[in-house]
Amino acid sequence: MGILVDSSTRVIVQGITGREGAFHTKLMLDYGTKIIAGTSPGKGGMYVHGVPVYNTIEEAIREQGSIDASIVFVPARFAPDAVYEAVDSGLKTVVVITEGIPLHDELKFINYARKKGVVIVGPNTPGLLTVGECKLGIMPGHVFKRGSIGLVSRSGTLTYEIARELGKQGFGVSTVVGLGGDPVTGLDFIDVYDMFLRDQGTEAVVLVGEIGGDAEERFALYYRGLSVRKPVVAYIAGRTAPPGKRMGHAGAIISMGIGDYSSKRRTLEESGILVADTPSQIPMLLGGLLR
Amino acid sequence: MKLYEYEAKNIAKQYGVPVPRGRVAFTPTEARQVASEIGGEVVVKAQVLVGSRGLAGGVKFASSPEEAAEVASRLLSSEMRGVKVSAVLVEEKICISRELYLSLTIDRAARKPVFLVSEMGGVEIEDLARKYPGKIKRIYIDPEVGYTSYMARIALTALNLPWSLIGDLDSLLKSMYRIMVEYDAELVEFNPLVLTCDGKVVAVDAKIIVDDNSLQRHPELQKLHGREYLDFERRARELGFSYVELDGDIGVISNGAGLTMATMDFILYYGGRPANFLDIGGGATRDRVKEAVKLMLQHPRSRVLLVNIFGGITRCDEVALGIVDALGEMEELKPIIVRMLGTNEEEGRRILREHNIDSYVEMDEAVKAAVEASRRG
Repeated sequence: MGILVDSSTRVIVQGITGREGAFHTKLMLDYGTKIIAGTSPGKGGMYVHGVPVYNTIEEAIREQGSIDASIVFVPARFAPDAVYEAVDSGLKTVVVITEGIPLHDELKFINYARKKGVVIVGPNTPGLLTVGECKLGIMPGHVFKRGSIGLVSRSGTLTYEIARELGKQGFGVSTVVGLGGDPVTGLDFIDVYDMFLRDQGTEAVVLVGEIGGDAEERFALYYRGLSVRKPVVAYIAGRTAPPGKRMGHAGAIISMGIGDYSSKRRTLEESGILVADTPSQIPMLLGGLLR
Repeated sequence: MKLYEYEAKNIAKQYGVPVPRGRVAFTPTEARQVASEIGGEVVVKAQVLVGSRGLAGGVKFASSPEEAAEVASRLLSSEMRGVKVSAVLVEEKICISRELYLSLTIDRAARKPVFLVSEMGGVEIEDLARKYPGKIKRIYIDPEVGYTSYMARIALTALNLPWSLIGDLDSLLKSMYRIMVEYDAELVEFNPLVLTCDGKVVAVDAKIIVDDNSLQRHPELQKLHGREYLDFERRARELGFSYVELDGDIGVISNGAGLTMATMDFILYYGGRPANFLDIGGGATRDRVKEAVKLMLQHPRSRVLLVNIFGGITRCDEVALGIVDALGEMEELKPIIVRMLGTNEEEGRRILREHNIDSYVEMDEAVKAAVEASRRG
């Protein structure tokens, strides 16, 4: 159960020989992720933690058989090329961990992937994880207990904090999806909520938003129009963020009158979605909805 | 990164966008010179990167070169929303028939560039969107296709301009898209774009914001990056921290943008006020923690420091040692409250205890303690 990835997902790591790539390959393997191969141009023939390295994805597929998903640790300058390679190689899901990719490059590869029906997670994401089955990301696996809450978020550490709060009160997670901190991302709240709606392993959804853009507002309006729903509890970071300042994430900025906290909170509440004041309130609100 | 109006207009001019005649001036003498070259009535505009300049008195008219020098002298010795004015733009005064709004930005939901077009120009887009949401026409560009001319025909109708201007509008829109792509801009805005008394279209104000992630492709801009930051913001960014100045008295150090914001918000929830946003980023090492704590010990407004590290893989003993190092190197100390979780937690807490520093497991408790400490001050 869970969405996007499970224990059968066959994974390739792009940029596997780099410091981050190699380090997280080890942690993903420890979690149980089925890593079939890695790529690193010019380093074909090597092994990283026992995983064979190829120069191209095409070669990896030829030697190792089909691959479903990739995780990209390639530096920003080369990341778009890595994404195009993954999309053109017929993979279904591409998780882009890389931070700092130029915006117009992202626009191009996200539009390209969407037209080809390939799911891009990120860029600038901690990745995704279906608890106990597959980790395609850099999050600390142990903070996510197994359960039936779908977790979708625009941030990293804050998501781990919230998963820990959930766990303390006995709530586990089905799948956690990091949308990414950039202004444009492959998936948004609506896309992921739709997947959670269809997932039998997910009972309710926790949405972790932040200031900047209007993804939370758009989700609220979409949710309002649904006839079949699963309960949602939201938390939005950035109540104290001033307008016009980028709060760490490239996408976390209130600009041109769009993206402030109060608009998000109001729109969510008007759609009947409970909004927690603090991360520690989330389990309490969930408890009220589910028990 | 925001560009100054004069920089944006210089770029626009190179791409064939009609802008008023004029030039930037850094002294009253230069302003007089520019005004006399232009002749007749001029407008003198303070060059600042903050919004609502007109309302703040940053735009003045002058009918002679002498008056232009006087006006420039006053503007150049003033501050606008806390920022010293160091340049003015001196331009010919344009006879305006109508003020229009035209910008090209990124629509996050559509994941595409979009032209925002409105015949109600001259007001900030925030107000425009609030008061006349139905009066903004949106024209999307597929980034794989780029600009094509039918978009100008839609814009012409939305702007209620005569058909005789279609050629001008087409080249204007095409130029905006070229500027966006070639400068990696996230915003190209002409507000107002005006229809002059003699029936021409002129960009009277211009704004360009360049995507920070693309600055390495624009070395001439990269070296200017950071000029819009306040002093303390600049120092923090030079150390490699993501930093934003706020106005409270509880200094915040945390890891991850979302958690740092949540920490600030939590402070407000308990009735305190955060002094700043400081994200030390992933994998906090002893040295990074030390630099961050040292920096915030020097922060003029913070009376208390709150360190909130959620270590997935971060080692708490490293965090503790970084804090202790910082306290050892600084003369003037402040109360410091630490919340940390992660590997080697017990060892980290032991190190802090030895130095009489409180450490917490739960964010709630740490924030509450910080707010109380700030009240004791």
